[in-house]
Amino acid sequence: MNRLLSFSAVLLYAFLHLPLLVLAAFSFNQGRLTVWQGFSLRWYEAAFHDGQLIEAALNSLVIAFAATALATAIGTLCAYGLWKHGSRTFTLSLSLSLVTPEIVMGISLLALFQWAFRFLGAHLGLHTVILAHVSFCVAFVVIVVLARLRTFDAALEEAALDLGATHFAAFYRVTLPNLVPGILSAALLAFTISFDDYVITSLVAGVDSETLPMVLYAIARRGANPVVNAISTIIVFGLGALILVSERLRKP
Amino acid sequence: MNRLRTLCLAPAALLLLALFAAPMAILAVYTLLTRGVYGGVAQPFTFENWLRLFDPLYLGILARSFSVAAAATALCLVLGFPLALFISRAGPRKHLYLALVMLPFWTSLLVRTYAWMFLLRDTGLINTSLLALGLIRQPLPLLYNWWAVLLGLVYGYLPFMVLPLYSTLERLDPALSEAAADLGARPFETLRRVVIPLAAPGMRAGVLLVFIPCLGAYLTPDLLGGGKTILIGTLVQNQFTNARDWPFGAALSMGLMAIVLVLLWLQVRRQGQSLL
Amino acid sequence: MDPLLQLISLSKHYPGHVALADLTLDVRPGEFFSLLGPSGCGKTTTLRLVAGFDKPTAGDVRLRGHSLNGLAPYQRNVSTVFQSYALFPHLTVRQNIEFGLRYRPAADGPALVRQCLDMLELGAKQDRQPHQLSGGEKQRVALARSLVLQPDLLLLDEPLSALDPNLRKQVRGELRALQRRVGITFLFITHDKEEALSLSDRVALLHRGRLEQLGSPHDLYLKPDTRFAASFLGPVNWIDGFGLRPEATRLSSVPLPDLRSLPATVASSTFLGNCFHVEARTANGHQVVAEVSRLNGAFQPGQPVHVCWAPADEMHLPPA
Repeated sequence: MNRLLSFSAVLLYAFLHLPLLVLAAFSFNQGRLTVWQGFSLRWYEAAFHDGQLIEAALNSLVIAFAATALATAIGTLCAYGLWKHGSRTFTLSLSLSLVTPEIVMGISLLALFQWAFRFLGAHLGLHTVILAHVSFCVAFVVIVVLARLRTFDAALEEAALDLGATHFAAFYRVTLPNLVPGILSAALLAFTISFDDYVITSLVAGVDSETLPMVLYAIARRGANPVVNAISTIIVFGLGALILVSERLRKP
Repeated sequence: MNRLRTLCLAPAALLLLALFAAPMAILAVYTLLTRGVYGGVAQPFTFENWLRLFDPLYLGILARSFSVAAAATALCLVLGFPLALFISRAGPRKHLYLALVMLPFWTSLLVRTYAWMFLLRDTGLINTSLLALGLIRQPLPLLYNWWAVLLGLVYGYLPFMVLPLYSTLERLDPALSEAAADLGARPFETLRRVVIPLAAPGMRAGVLLVFIPCLGAYLTPDLLGGGKTILIGTLVQNQFTNARDWPFGAALSMGLMAIVLVLLWLQVRRQGQSLL
Repeated sequence: MDPLLQLISLSKHYPGHVALADLTLDVRPGEFFSLLGPSGCGKTTTLRLVAGFDKPTAGDVRLRGHSLNGLAPYQRNVSTVFQSYALFPHLTVRQNIEFGLRYRPAADGPALVRQCLDMLELGAKQDRQPHQLSGGEKQRVALARSLVLQPDLLLLDEPLSALDPNLRKQVRGELRALQRRVGITFLFITHDKEEALSLSDRVALLHRGRLEQLGSPHDLYLKPDTRFAASFLGPVNWIDGFGLRPEATRLSSVPLPDLRSLPATVASSTFLGNCFHVEARTANGHQVVAEVSRLNGAFQPGQPVHVCWAPADEMHLPPA
């Protein structure tokens, strides 16, 4: 039975990781076809000389940084508030936003922006994408920071109050320093989720705010392309590293 | 103290209201309007969009989405359970093994889906290898069909099943399995009569976490199914882009949300808590 | 009489740590046998090797003369009462008790279940879930679940430690009576010397993975082989190379006839309700504690006394 479990685990890990590893290996292929023709960096070179890709990648970075900063700040405060005193309505709403299908969330945001722009005379662009990303990243930040807070001894904050600190000082000087790893972990997670999103982004992005996933998606729909292999490999290893750091930080 | 808490919760509350509740409310209103000439919405109010949901054509798509999501969920459960059990029994290595499951999951759904396109298409690695080995003469039609969509969904959401299963199995007192063996039960009997019944809460959470995103999936069916596999997600997207029928798209979205809400409510009622 | 259980040079090594070293002992049929020792002494390791949860590094476990090596827990006719009881939380009391009968069918299964329910007074609780039971009831369900299978040997892993102290003494008496009644051999694991002494026919004292001493409770307490055994089983006054239990140590203002004695001075006296603990320092520098009956009157600090004892109560032990 234990041998059977280990055997099935090996197969499942292969199922989870082999497709990405094979893709990464072939991104270094000299040829265009899926036949190994020798090692080469030409597809990476091609990717870095593609103006559209570079611009899209920069857009993605700007969006991810901005959305991460906002979502982390809002989510951390929210987690702290919920830790002080839970709210069923609040947690239920956050849970609901987590399980709302992306396509529905994207379309509802599109409808909101279109409706609001009739009065404001604004257009879709980076700012709408950032707002959308903040809205779906916040719930993840709350989950991670709240989990960290639950391992934090509330008596420490009470001790600070007892020693004369104000509520704000107790939070700022006692609770917050203990939360830093959890907050960083949440921020890294928010960053990867934001950087990778396609469905919602494609709906609320304007003509001048194409992101990297949008460009990749468009190329991928036309069929496989070695340049996409190269960029995918960069994304997998880049975001993978962020996630590993995030996991590390989450362990109390 | 209460003022501090209110201050902390205010930004998130504002965000939820403005970017979650308000958009949903607008969509809800749109379901009752008529499609505009150039897209968008127009007067008069009508219930027609809701009635159209019950058109056999759309009921068929709904049924198909349900079966694909159910099949993907069932496969995730069958594959995820042994994996979660393995990890929960891995001793000091279990954190590493769990991270190995979650790592590709958090990285990039788009890239992971693309990786399967790279493997499955006519000139993909599988077909070229089989052709080179002389096992087939024509490339197998592996991509752009239901099987590819199912594979992509299982690949995409398997970690959502493993995570809650692992956390229930990990909390299970090892003495319970030992007690079953001690009373004469062989390993599979212990699994059937003790471990699986006690892992039921984790299974319910996992089923919910996999089924809901599969039901509303858009990216995976679109990329791996090509244009041939219309599911609810694709249908919704179509109404807002090609078909330019916002009111009907809104009705479809609200219908989907209703299903999600019912499933979430069942889970909350049963488990006594939400996912957070 | 042939032994029921034989442990032969049983050893269990973990990387960098020896949990059990070369343990050899026999358990006789029908015996209430205790493995006693401080935590980490190897007693739980021994139980897990007998039950089959772990495999020994070396040595053999024999039941009725047959080696159990290589047999899984479900292939051994021994049963365990776990420290945490390990009741299946999703099954009722009755279903817990019936669990094992599916795998070890008995012709009179239903009758056995009824008998166990009656014997352990669980009849009224048979449809409850484990979380609805008190600690004592949980323990009785765990016992019933094992006894219904009529094992050759019942292993009990500190079964009283999860009970609150007031209940513990009462359950202790019930456990001994139950063992006499069913006649099944009990291998009882405990770190509590009082439990081991009051319940057992014989006790094996383990220390750092080794057998320190094996004998009747009487022998263990009164004729310990080692200083560790003497100290583990109760307080000892060490005087001039031998040990003396406080209750065998008497204080008197004059030397008592037929007893050995040493002049001493009272250092302190503590009232404990049923007696006094009087600390005295002998003229040759030993610190001595005597258990003095309330009826013998009070001793004041600084009072000169004689520490007296019967030569038969001296415990002569090799130095540690």
